[in-house]
Amino acid sequence: MKKITIVGAVAAASVLLAACSGTGKEDATKENSQDLTYAVITHSSSGDAFWDRVKSGAEKAGDDYGVKVEYSSDPDPAKQSQLIDGAVADKVDGIVVSMANPDGLEDSIKKAVAAGVPVVTINSGVDKFKQFGAITHIGQTETIAGEAVGERLKGEGYKNVVCVIQEAGNIGLEERCKAVGSTFGGKVSNLQVDGTDDSAVQATITSQLQTDKAIDVVLTLGGQYAIDAVGAVEQSGSKAKIATFDLSEDVIKNIQDDKILFAVDQQPYVQGFLGVTTLYLKDINGNDVGGGQPVNSGPAFITKENADAVLKFAANGTR
Amino acid sequence: MATATVGDERISQTSTLTKLMKRPEIGALVAAVVIFVFFAVTTEAFATASGASTWLRGASTIGIMAVAVALLMIGGEFDLSAGAMTGFTGLVVGVLTTEYGLNIWAAIFVSLALALMIGAINGILVMRTGLPSFIVTLGTFFVLQGIDLAGTKALIGQVAIQGMSNVPYYDQAKKIFGSSIDVNGSGAGGQIYASVFWWIGITAVATWVLLRTRTGNWIFAVGGQQTAARQIGVPVLKTKVGLFMTTAGAGWLVGMLLLFTTSTVQSNTGVGQEFIYIICAVVGGCLMTGGYGSAIGAAFGALIYGMVNQGIVYSGWDNNWLRAFLGVMLLGAVLLNEWVRKRAETAQ
Repeated sequence: MKKITIVGAVAAASVLLAACSGTGKEDATKENSQDLTYAVITHSSSGDAFWDRVKSGAEKAGDDYGVKVEYSSDPDPAKQSQLIDGAVADKVDGIVVSMANPDGLEDSIKKAVAAGVPVVTINSGVDKFKQFGAITHIGQTETIAGEAVGERLKGEGYKNVVCVIQEAGNIGLEERCKAVGSTFGGKVSNLQVDGTDDSAVQATITSQLQTDKAIDVVLTLGGQYAIDAVGAVEQSGSKAKIATFDLSEDVIKNIQDDKILFAVDQQPYVQGFLGVTTLYLKDINGNDVGGGQPVNSGPAFITKENADAVLKFAANGTR
Repeated sequence: MATATVGDERISQTSTLTKLMKRPEIGALVAAVVIFVFFAVTTEAFATASGASTWLRGASTIGIMAVAVALLMIGGEFDLSAGAMTGFTGLVVGVLTTEYGLNIWAAIFVSLALALMIGAINGILVMRTGLPSFIVTLGTFFVLQGIDLAGTKALIGQVAIQGMSNVPYYDQAKKIFGSSIDVNGSGAGGQIYASVFWWIGITAVATWVLLRTRTGNWIFAVGGQQTAARQIGVPVLKTKVGLFMTTAGAGWLVGMLLLFTTSTVQSNTGVGQEFIYIICAVVGGCLMTGGYGSAIGAAFGALIYGMVNQGIVYSGWDNNWLRAFLGVMLLGAVLLNEWVRKRAETAQ
């Protein structure tokens, strides 16, 4: 019986709280930015360093402009589309969404646009943003980034790349490796690892290096996996060099120590920050950032030359 | 509370309320109501038509699986391959249609046949080897996960089905598995998806089978006392294999619902969901030891999961805490469940 009373008390208190929310004033313009709420809905799994930077960027923009930013994510496109439907039901003022699997989100995004909620896509889904009615897309296409890496490696005279894919079934990662192959000219082979288990990643790369002695570059697609690769190269006694997508503090230190050739930064913080900024500009000034074209957030190459400058931002977890 | 007749307690009358309180699903029902009220009161969008549409949709696919898994758990077994099965069946249809141009209905039936076959293999392996189903289906789960990834990649060169909506007759199948009805006619939010009707239907059928048919008695018997059940002539092998085929068949249904609602399926679809089904079934009153539980309880369990999942988002809590919240909520639901059941059992 005691429990019932507690539940009743909680419910009663909540009713009271709910009853004194909002002044009921009509705001003719949305100039009072305190009333704006944006939902940021990504396809990241939890605990991903890259997406944490996107989240930080979006939240920083929210703080700077004095708007509310609600971040949520799910790697399953069905669940991600439910989150989008949920945000529309919640009557948010705009949605920032990453589209790893555009087909799966099409209905929900079109519905959001039809309901008058402005949408900005970030990170992936550049081919579809216009068709779905989003304002713009902020990101670095997998193809552009992959091709840039392929060219760079070719220019430095490498012949045999192993491309490490850390998440089974991630379309973007697969595209990236394919794009590297299109400009590289040498051999590119994919290696599937379990990204949720770093020691397994290291072991898999080690065995691959022991099996194929000709590999001269290990290309990882996420900062933490580059660190695993550094360990794997040491273990296997291979001569292979390491290049990686995405940054972390450790990656930069390894670049300074010549253990990693370079990192390609697609600047996730920019994606989150500009995503929210785009919605904000639309609300306060009616601007369409990008003028119907996608906005590039990267790629920025981090090499030994510029590593020092980037290090302090990486230490803050923003790069 | 009850009017106990003097003498034989076996023929004593119990009041309707006590009878109700003794149902295994009552705890989950109470918890679902509490959670609904909590989010309805504390958030604006949760109890609106469009808000409800999102959490009902989320609960429905989990719910179909949870109900099938509950039947299997009452029968004393586990199926860890249930999650990967939802991805596998969708991928089969996607690959056969987008890559090989097979008629969509033929592909759907091929997928169903494959699912039932894998279910039967699970059941026969468990019964013939005497190994725990936990181990056998763990093996099947990994095999399916591997096929989902390697097979899809080898056959279509990518890891997700794209262009499904351009397949001929896609719309026909979408009507059955992926359509939705507008309830407030605005076109923006407030839909009831086909999966919700399937979920209600499956729950009703499963409850009827459990409580009103001979098969239901067999399921309780093989889960509670397998040896005794065999001795009194219950077809143990047939019942258990049938149960494994039921979870596989439910996996197929959910695979179709996901495929035709979102028009895509990925190699990693459903991986990791198998424990959520088990959690929902346990919240709904199933015991880990078999022989006790309820189908409608598992449906309430899934409803709780769906509501919490979206409710956290509507509450604007930091999404990084989602899993922790879910864990606490589910533990709370199980504890409440136990408490209600204990109270009911002592209230003679």
